[in-house]
Amino acid sequence: MKVLVFLELDEENIRKSSLEAVSYAANFASQVTALVFGSTSLEGLNSIGIAGANKVLQVTNDRFKQPNIMAFSSAIAEVVALENAETLVLAKSSTGDSVAARVSIKLGASLVSNVTEVPDVSEGFKVKRSIYTGKAFAITELSASLKILSIRKNTVPIKTDGATPEIVIFTPQMDEADFVVKVLSSEKITGQILLPEADIVVSGGRGLKGPENWGMIEDLAKALSAATGCSKPVSDMDWRPHHEHVGQTGIKVSPSLYVAVGISGAIQHLAGVNSSKYILVINKDPEAPFFKAADYGIVGDAFDVVPKLTAAINAAKV
Amino acid sequence: MKILVCITHVPDTTSKISFIEQNTKFDQNGVQFIIGPYDDYALARAVELKEQLGGTITALNVGTSETEPTIRKALAIGADDAIRIDAEPTDAFFVANQIAHIARTNAYDLILMGRESIDFNGGQVHGMVGALLGMPSISPVMTLDIDGNIAKISREIEGGKELLEVALPFVAGCQEPIAEWKIPNMRGIMSARSKPLVIVAPFSDLVRTTVNHFELPPAKSGIKMIDAEHIGELVDLLRNEAKVL
Repeated sequence: MKVLVFLELDEENIRKSSLEAVSYAANFASQVTALVFGSTSLEGLNSIGIAGANKVLQVTNDRFKQPNIMAFSSAIAEVVALENAETLVLAKSSTGDSVAARVSIKLGASLVSNVTEVPDVSEGFKVKRSIYTGKAFAITELSASLKILSIRKNTVPIKTDGATPEIVIFTPQMDEADFVVKVLSSEKITGQILLPEADIVVSGGRGLKGPENWGMIEDLAKALSAATGCSKPVSDMDWRPHHEHVGQTGIKVSPSLYVAVGISGAIQHLAGVNSSKYILVINKDPEAPFFKAADYGIVGDAFDVVPKLTAAINAAKV
Repeated sequence: MKILVCITHVPDTTSKISFIEQNTKFDQNGVQFIIGPYDDYALARAVELKEQLGGTITALNVGTSETEPTIRKALAIGADDAIRIDAEPTDAFFVANQIAHIARTNAYDLILMGRESIDFNGGQVHGMVGALLGMPSISPVMTLDIDGNIAKISREIEGGKELLEVALPFVAGCQEPIAEWKIPNMRGIMSARSKPLVIVAPFSDLVRTTVNHFELPPAKSGIKMIDAEHIGELVDLLRNEAKVL
């Protein structure tokens, strides 16, 4: 089966979740072609091959430098036809969601989001997807001949045994109607691990008492090479930016380890983290509901426990 | 300004999720249904835009008669009228097709909905509706301001946001902090009873995905409590069991 993978960049690097999508595709495809918009280093291009792609199509035209949902969708539809791809795979993301939906209409494809396992093609084409914000799964059948799968982050290990890919510069056809949304500016954190991509997340809640106490969360995150997150009240009070809010109406994460400090564990917060492999809860209230959803728990004052844990992890790494 | 707000009828965020009939059907027993929280943000922003700019708000839901209390709530919050497409919302393509059909005959300036439903979490319908109508679709939208024919939007991206400008009409998938949720007041609740709610047969029955069955995640094996004075035990677990160190 020929599979096309749509990749996203973080600055000049291929996003981790996009490499996961490449490896996901390589698990069942006979030929994996990856499509990337924007300039990336040779190392970045090679990482796509190592993750499992045979071929990389790179769009270097300046008009595709910034994420453009409509133009990306048209270009992807063009490449699907050119490459005779039978399946399109991409990482679920703020841009990926819209791109997948638009391509599905353009090409009459079946689309499933939040896919967590390789397709079962023994009878028809079925995938497992996460629903009810991680509280259940739906085994879903795709009926159209072209399939689009949007993969949940952190569900597929990135392969390390691929080869150097063939790299081809591709210039899509351009339709001015696809360039009507103007990007005036964008602001993005740099040099930090992105929360939705992170393998480990350390989150703080109201138990930290104020934004001035976030240093210890950042120190623990640094020791674990983790991203930082927070609960909804914390972002509502502007202690932390909205893009760190983890929960039902915020970012949903599925890391290997989620550390919750001073978060009671309201069901809306749990909805954002219940796909985590392991959960560690640190809370001074032994009755905090979060303990019921956790794998590891420490009852204690965050101001005492967190610095001790950070020191112990740093010591263990030496 | 003619605004269409598409709303989902979904289990309350605190609902216990379980299935019946050999895991082929959601168990509604004891479950409270609400307007999707993201759709509720879209509706709240529509009400604010109407206050500022004038116009009308139509609420649209694809659902069986069971969803009518949810639609009446949208009318109580501030929609002027409502349309219910009388069908189970089987997949995103089916729902998008119904919305696009209504929009083709009604020329809305703005089509708002949540970034995703909280039952199936697909986040697909806004993009599909945009593509079906040949309009831009923008999601997840954090702020939305309109000046004449031009909208300024901030859209969340991984680790930040971007500021966009686009001419009406377009489709937006909304999320916080676009507006504060509005709680219907007594006057709203009373007037909602007499606002028009039109029931329409589905325009097409095409679907492209079918749920074969549902599964629940395996139960957690139970928590290991660690004494704060023996933090080394936790470090051992993180290294040897969770394998994150």
